[in-house]
Amino acid sequence: MDHKRVTLFAGHYGSGKTNIAVNYALLLAGEGKRVSIADLDIVNPYFRTKDSAAELEAAGVRLISPQFANTNVDLPALPAEAYSLVEDRSVYAVMDIGGDDRGAYALGRYAPMILAENDYRMAFVANPCRPLTRTPREALEVMREIEAAGHLPFTAIVNNANLAHETTAETVLSAAPYMEELSRLSGLPIYLTCAEARVAEALRGRVEPLLAMKLQEKYFALPEQRDKPFC
Amino acid sequence: MAERILMKGNEAIAEAAIQAGCRHYFGYPITPQTEIAAYMAKKMPKIGGVFLQAESEIASINMVYGAAAAGMRVMTSSSSPGISLKGEGLSYIAGSDVPAFVVNVQRGGPGLGGIQPSQSDYFQSTKGGGHGDYRMIVLAPASVQEMASLTVKGFNLADKYSMLSMILADGTIGQMMEPISFEDVAVEHYPKPWALTGTEGKRKHNIVNSLYLNPEVLEQKNFERYEKYKAVEASEVLYETYMMDDAEIGVAAFGIAARVAKNAVAAARAEGIKAGLIRPITLWPFPKQVLKDAAEQVKAFVSVELNMGQMIEDIRLATECRRPVTLCNRAGGMIPSPEQVLQSIHAAVKGGN
Repeated sequence: MDHKRVTLFAGHYGSGKTNIAVNYALLLAGEGKRVSIADLDIVNPYFRTKDSAAELEAAGVRLISPQFANTNVDLPALPAEAYSLVEDRSVYAVMDIGGDDRGAYALGRYAPMILAENDYRMAFVANPCRPLTRTPREALEVMREIEAAGHLPFTAIVNNANLAHETTAETVLSAAPYMEELSRLSGLPIYLTCAEARVAEALRGRVEPLLAMKLQEKYFALPEQRDKPFC
Repeated sequence: MAERILMKGNEAIAEAAIQAGCRHYFGYPITPQTEIAAYMAKKMPKIGGVFLQAESEIASINMVYGAAAAGMRVMTSSSSPGISLKGEGLSYIAGSDVPAFVVNVQRGGPGLGGIQPSQSDYFQSTKGGGHGDYRMIVLAPASVQEMASLTVKGFNLADKYSMLSMILADGTIGQMMEPISFEDVAVEHYPKPWALTGTEGKRKHNIVNSLYLNPEVLEQKNFERYEKYKAVEASEVLYETYMMDDAEIGVAAFGIAARVAKNAVAAARAEGIKAGLIRPITLWPFPKQVLKDAAEQVKAFVSVELNMGQMIEDIRLATECRRPVTLCNRAGGMIPSPEQVLQSIHAAVKGGN
């Protein structure tokens, strides 16, 4: 898969943006690139990029996160250093955008610089198993709302079809017609398919390109769920 | 297998409410339950329902009161400080004996507190919250699937007994995502002859009111209401037990704490400790009998809570203090780890704290 200097992951809330952004940043770092990741999510109170801080740091990825993330301060303020992602063109930048149009408003202030540089990929993360994006038309509606709020057009689609711990290879493969229809409606290519590592193993050779992901462990799995294999 | 869908706990409540026939939602945003309002805002206009963001929690609960009096399936949702603001309206609804469904996705308190998960509104929801003698049916989901199924149950029970029912969840279950299905949705309907639907000149008008000028009449109303509550206590208790058959240590926990406790019980069993879990699903009516019976069998209880020890009082009452009950807790938005619960189980085995 080819990489742009700036890669942004946006989409419906709960579509998997944060896990994908973190794993994508780790992939870039694994290829020896200098990488910064910014958590621009101003709407989600709980499950955030910052939860992966230790792992990102160990891989040499610089994390830029709202000062009050994971605290009791419900303040949608972004740090000034987030500008470094659009100003310092020597690093690969990964941006985790908040869910829906409300989450994407914060993107608007960086959009003019991203457009001026014109070396970016704005990826729409799609999961057909989520209730408000069950059809490609509904996903397209969310896509347009995010573009209007964030002032940045999408350039690619990411297939992140999943049912959390119940995901199988079939979950991902059966989403193909949905993704193709969304691609047709939006005129955008399907850039990437993402899956939890064990599911990705079962998809190896059948779907390309594929991002095998390690998921954030902030999940209160029950004993019976822990024992259940992914595939 | 029924169609699976990946949902946030808050979304599951909203979708289940719609499937249960709720077409009236009145609320005011507050973290960590705002997805309920957001989902309703998106869906209600498409299905001919009403979503209204009121100017405050106080306004929204009184809109709920109005719609309930008109016989509608109606709900509101909030988080801890917002529920306090709704307290007066809840009391009026209880005093008028009309059904309404309320959701509290708790956050840390008291005061403005924080936005992280908590269970510190146990007293508020099970012992009152508003003024006067009244009860609410309080349901405590421990999974996203239960957020959906107990929402439908909550609407059904509210209508069945013409009273308030509440989902008492916490921020984690509100925010976390799990695959669920809606196959078990069984909507029950009950007649509402008291509803203010317009007489059309054909019948005597109905009155929905919580004001009584004559204290003898008001007393009688209270007596009648408590007969109804007795019926709820007799037939609507829900709980889950896990490895309790031969348990010597009885762990009690509800909601997210029960998920953590279940892992700790499994870990204790792996060490050869006979631990078991009692998970109240209805916090009111409280599953007194199962705890009383367990007191015959276990050596000690451990109450796992995300507060300073609230349900522990009901455990002591239910078991008539016949066995020691220790508290394993975190507060202020923190969650106990399975390791912390396991340590409390170890301490209970040794007979200390």
